[in-house]
Amino acid sequence: MVSRESFVNLSDEVFERVGVDPEFSEHLDKPSLTYWADVWRRFKQNKLAIFGLVLMVSILVMIFVGPLISGKNYKYMDSSVKNLRPNSEYWFGTDDMGRDIFTRVCYGGRISILIGFLCTIVMFVIGSTLGALAGLKGGWVDNLIMRFAEVIGNLPYLIIVVILTMVMGRSIFAIVLAMSITSWVGTCRMVRGQILQLKELDYIEAATALGADTARVIFKHLLPNALGIIMVDITMSIPGFIFGEAFLSYVGLGVRPPETSWGALASAGQQQLMFHPHVLFFPCLMIVLTTLAFHLVGDGLAEALDPKLRK
Amino acid sequence: MTDRETLLEVRNLKKHFKIGRKSIVKAVDDVSFDVFRGETFGLVGESGCGKTTCGKTILGLHKPTGGEVIYDGMDVHALDSDRKKDFTKIAQIVFQDPYSSLDPRMTVGDIIGEGMDIHHLCKDKGEREERVFDLLQTVGLNREHINRFPHEFSGGQRQRIGIARALAVEPEFIVCDEPISALDVSIQAQIVNLLMQLQREKQLTYLFITHNLAMIKYISDRVGVMYLGNLVELAGSKQLYEMPYHPYTQGLLSSVPVPDPRIERRKETAPLRGEIPTSINPPPGCRFASRCDYAREVCYEVMPPLIEIEDEHFVACHLMASP
Repeated sequence: MVSRESFVNLSDEVFERVGVDPEFSEHLDKPSLTYWADVWRRFKQNKLAIFGLVLMVSILVMIFVGPLISGKNYKYMDSSVKNLRPNSEYWFGTDDMGRDIFTRVCYGGRISILIGFLCTIVMFVIGSTLGALAGLKGGWVDNLIMRFAEVIGNLPYLIIVVILTMVMGRSIFAIVLAMSITSWVGTCRMVRGQILQLKELDYIEAATALGADTARVIFKHLLPNALGIIMVDITMSIPGFIFGEAFLSYVGLGVRPPETSWGALASAGQQQLMFHPHVLFFPCLMIVLTTLAFHLVGDGLAEALDPKLRK
Repeated sequence: MTDRETLLEVRNLKKHFKIGRKSIVKAVDDVSFDVFRGETFGLVGESGCGKTTCGKTILGLHKPTGGEVIYDGMDVHALDSDRKKDFTKIAQIVFQDPYSSLDPRMTVGDIIGEGMDIHHLCKDKGEREERVFDLLQTVGLNREHINRFPHEFSGGQRQRIGIARALAVEPEFIVCDEPISALDVSIQAQIVNLLMQLQREKQLTYLFITHNLAMIKYISDRVGVMYLGNLVELAGSKQLYEMPYHPYTQGLLSSVPVPDPRIERRKETAPLRGEIPTSINPPPGCRFASRCDYAREVCYEVMPPLIEIEDEHFVACHLMASP
C-alpha cells in the first residue's frame, strides 16, 4: 500500500503489465492426463484396490469359464459319488445327490452376480433420476419425491419380498423387483444431496452466465461431478444385493431348484454341516470373496475419484 | 467524458430473498445507476451489502423482485430464451472465488472453450484450439496449460482462466465480482493490470465490484457506494475520494489505512462504529441511521432519496438535502 499522497498521483505508467515471455515461462514436462487416466493412475497406486480388482476378475472368469473346464453338468446327479470330499476329479467335492459342487458354485455365481447387477441398475436408474429431479427442481417436486421416498424406505423390506415372491412366483424377475423396489431410496437421497451441493457452486452459475441450457448444465457439469460418488455407491451396493439374494435363497424365498445360487447352495449345505462341511464352505467362501472384492474396488475408486485426496 | 453513451441503466432494482415465512432479506433495495460505455463503474461496500447480488441480478442470473435493467435499449429480464442466450454473449462475469468457479472435471481448454461451444463461435476444432491458445496467451498463461485441470493451478492462475472464459465470447460488458479479493496482494496488481489492459484493447465496460477502496480508486471512473442494499453515494471516483458527503462514505474512506503515521494521526473523521446490521426485515428510514453520528429523527423514519448535490455527485442523506 502506498501513502495517500503518492496514491493520488498514480498514473497509468506506474502500472505496467508484466506479461509472460513464452521463452522463459515454466516448461511443463509432465504429460497431461485426462480425468479418467488420472483416476486410473491413482487407483493403480492402491495395492488393496488392485488386489480387489484382480480378485473380482478371477471370480468372474471362474464363474463363466469354470463349467467348461470341469466338463460337468450342474444338474447331473450321480448316486455313486455322493458327498465326496474335494479331490482331483471333483475339485470342490460333491453334494448329497452326487452333483459336482464346483460346477454348481459357478452356475450359482452367475445367477447371484446377475441379480446383483440387475438390482443395482434398477436402483441406480430410479434413484438417480428421482434424486436429480428433486435436487434440481426443488420446491414441491422435491417435497413430493422425498416424502414418497420416505414412505417407500419405511416399508418393511422382508414383508415386501415375501408378498412379492408369493404373488409373482420365485423367478429372478420377482427377486430383482422385490429387492430394488425399496433400495433406490438411499441412492435417491445421495444423488439429491450431491446435486443440491453442486448446483450452488460458482461454476454452475458461470455456465448459466455463458448461456448454457439446463441439459448442458446437467450432462456437462452436474453428472460428471456427481459420477464419482455415484460409481462408488454402485460398486458398494452390488455385494449388498448378492448378499441379500443369498439371504433370501437361504430362507427359501430365492431362486427355484434346479436353478441355483450361492445362497441356495449355502442353504442346502447347512443341513449337512455336521458331516460334510465342504458343501457349505465353498458357496460361503465365494460370497465372502466376492463381497470383499467389490468393497476393495469400491474403496479404491472412492479414493481415486476424490479430488481432495489428489497429490 | 462529455459525450458519453449510456450502456446500462439500472432502474429501482430490487432483489429480496425470503428466508422462512416472515423474514425477508432485502439484499438489493431500490438501486438505480447508469453505466456508460467504455468506463469502469466501481461498486463498493462492506461484506453483505448486496454488491454481488446486484451484479448477478444485472446479468439476469437472479430474477429481480422489482425494477428493471436496461442494457443498450433492451430489458435484460424480459428477454425470451433466444435473446437471453444472445445477451450472455454480450455480458459476462468474472467470479470472486477462483476455486469454486471452475469445473474440476473439465480441462482448461474446455472451460475456456465452453462459451464458444455454446454460441457456436468456431467452425472446427482447429479454430477453437487456436482461439483458446490466443486467450491463454492474452491472460498470461502457457499453451501447454490447455489440457490441465483447474486443481493444477494457483489462485492467480485460476482467476486468469476465469477471465479468459469470460473473454472467450468477446463480450462488451463484464461484471467483475471481487475478482481480486481472494488473491495475494502481488497477484491482485497483476490481475487488475491485466483487466485494465484488456479494457483498453477491447473497449470493454466493467462493473467492478469490490471492497478494496484503494483499488477502486485507481481503476474506476465512477464509484457507487452501497450500504445494506441501498446506494448511498455515487460520484466520479476523484470527486468521491476528495469530497465524500455521506457519513458512511466518510467513515469508509477514513478506515483505509495509510502507511504513514503522521497522516494516520491527523485523520479527522472517526472510523465507523459498530457492526453492520442485518438486512433481514430492515426498519424504515435511512439504513445507516443506527451507526450514524449525525442521525436525526427524520433519518429513522424516511428513507432519504438519492439527490444530485453537485454536478454528477449523488448522495442519499437527509443532512445534505436540508442542511
